[in-house]
Amino acid sequence: MDLSSINPTLLLASLMVSATPILLAAIGEVVVERSGVLNLGVEGLMITGAVIGFAVAVNTSSPGIGFICAALAAALLSLSFAVLTQIFLSNQVATGLGLTLVGLGLSALIGKPYEGMKSPSLDKLDLPFLSDLPVLGPLLFSHDAIVYISVIIVIALAYTLKRTRVGLILRAVGENHHAAHALGYKVIQIRILAIMFGGACSGLGGAYLSLVRVPQWTEGMTAGAGWIALAIVVFGSWRPWRVLIGAYLFGGVTVLQLNLQAAGAAIPVEYLSMSPYLITIAVLVFISAKGNQGAPGSLGRAFHASS
Amino acid sequence: MTIKSILAGAAVALGLSTAAFAADVKVGFVYVGPTGDHGWTYRHDIGRQQVEEAFGNRVETTFVESVGEGADAERVFTQMALQGHDIIFGTSFGYMDSMENVAKKFPDVKFEHATGYKQGPNFANYGLRLYQARHVQGVIAGMMTKTNKICYVAAYPIPEVIREINTYYLGAKSTNPDVTIDIVWVYTWYNPQKEQDAAVALMQQGCDVIAQHTDSPAPLQAAEKEGRFGFGQASDQIKFAPKAQLTATIDNWGPYYIEKVGQVLDGTWTTGDYFGHMDDGSVEMAPFTNMPADVAAKAQEVKDAIRDGKYFAFTGPLNDNEGNQVLADGEVADRKHLDTMMYYVEGIDAKVPN
Repeated sequence: MDLSSINPTLLLASLMVSATPILLAAIGEVVVERSGVLNLGVEGLMITGAVIGFAVAVNTSSPGIGFICAALAAALLSLSFAVLTQIFLSNQVATGLGLTLVGLGLSALIGKPYEGMKSPSLDKLDLPFLSDLPVLGPLLFSHDAIVYISVIIVIALAYTLKRTRVGLILRAVGENHHAAHALGYKVIQIRILAIMFGGACSGLGGAYLSLVRVPQWTEGMTAGAGWIALAIVVFGSWRPWRVLIGAYLFGGVTVLQLNLQAAGAAIPVEYLSMSPYLITIAVLVFISAKGNQGAPGSLGRAFHASS
Repeated sequence: MTIKSILAGAAVALGLSTAAFAADVKVGFVYVGPTGDHGWTYRHDIGRQQVEEAFGNRVETTFVESVGEGADAERVFTQMALQGHDIIFGTSFGYMDSMENVAKKFPDVKFEHATGYKQGPNFANYGLRLYQARHVQGVIAGMMTKTNKICYVAAYPIPEVIREINTYYLGAKSTNPDVTIDIVWVYTWYNPQKEQDAAVALMQQGCDVIAQHTDSPAPLQAAEKEGRFGFGQASDQIKFAPKAQLTATIDNWGPYYIEKVGQVLDGTWTTGDYFGHMDDGSVEMAPFTNMPADVAAKAQEVKDAIRDGKYFAFTGPLNDNEGNQVLADGEVADRKHLDTMMYYVEGIDAKVPN
């Protein structure tokens, strides 16, 4: 075993890249669930973002436009979920699962002509001075823009939920939609907007996969990342910072266990392989152990003004 | 004549016409990944398309992709058998037991399982000696590595994967005695993100030639990004990595599928144990690219020797990495030995996960 061959700086840097798709999708789902809606279609939204982002980036040779279109496309697809569950009051679990199936099928169809093509790559930001710092440079200041955007979204969301009126309204709608309705808030409208925000974030996460992480389009390439994101929302007890910790922890342990395997660590491979799941769950359960960390009160329940 | 009776007549006519054009044989394929993986499943699906081309209207083929190993597979096989498929191909090692169970319940349906080792009266086994091409990859890797560290992204610890790791290492060792190999198990056949992460982890630790036994081009692409080398898996993946792909193993399943479906059409199908190889064209390799002429020449020489049966890596004396002799001097590994190989050869500094 030669653990000295693992470079901690490179490890931490690749952890951030590795966790970004899950983080983006999870943070979007936090907003959706805090508004009281359970959208199990994250996987379908991610893969839609992945294929649209890839297709647009290839055609325009601009990854930036690819990301924007991926967010828009996934938001649009999530609007169909919003219409079905909020206006036609369909079952959220079934509709969300359906959304995943639709997304997987639709993306396979759209993606057929793009198989085997290469996408224009997103350049890493080259920050003068900062990128050249030892250790901190490669660790914090040499990523692409989306990594920073994902962290900014987390910060903005944490602030919005806790300190602003918009955040308060969103939480009110999610905790008790009848009370929010009685106060005059437009429950359905707010939820539709939350769902679309969640969709856009998932789309960004998906596009990050096909444009940066694995710069290619292959069918089903999200391979369950959307489900991991959903789990991280629950284990992060619907709090933005904990979701960030959860996503980085999961990404980090995944990368670490692969590095340990490559270095020939004397730990059985089976334990290493299950470690990302076990450690993420254990840590998040541990930090959620104190206080009231329950799910939003109206989570998954349909709302109609007459009821 | 009322509209109703016209419609009824039309329906009957339609029914008759479809009956008249119905295919003689219905062929089902069950894939472990998506047909667009550009690797393993992609090549099986090309085989399916070749069956359609060869027999035209006489056969009808269907496929189900991304079917998980285990209970999910058993359900799909059962459903296909109930839908009247005459022959069903299952293309992943992990389908073996499910397929054996279903085969016992439907004795009139032919079942064909890829890369396993079990057989029954209506349950055939087929595979390719992909380790032949893997050895050539090893020979190239040994000559191309500058760090003397080569590496391997592996899917599951099963004999098929382990014997390819062994032969890859033996190939590399034959051209570079100082070479060492790092192996990462990802426990999935298809997950581009994880395959990529594994490749990146290996490269960060100094590996400069990557081989993979997973189904997407992601590890090869990671090598391209870092300016290192790799090999295409199951199909020619040069367009994903024009500067990194040294060669690729190309699985050519079409001839076997055409032969076996033809046997079902003729009524001559029998169970069997096919093991395709370079000489019958079912194991092919992409051109040797991105390497100096002397490396390409050596690779060609070894490839020819393997194809002509003059060279076989698993010939004794051979020790495992715990010092036990597994093949005596001059002993040649037989099919059973290859199908149950759960040891690393001498020199690989790792333990086989159990």
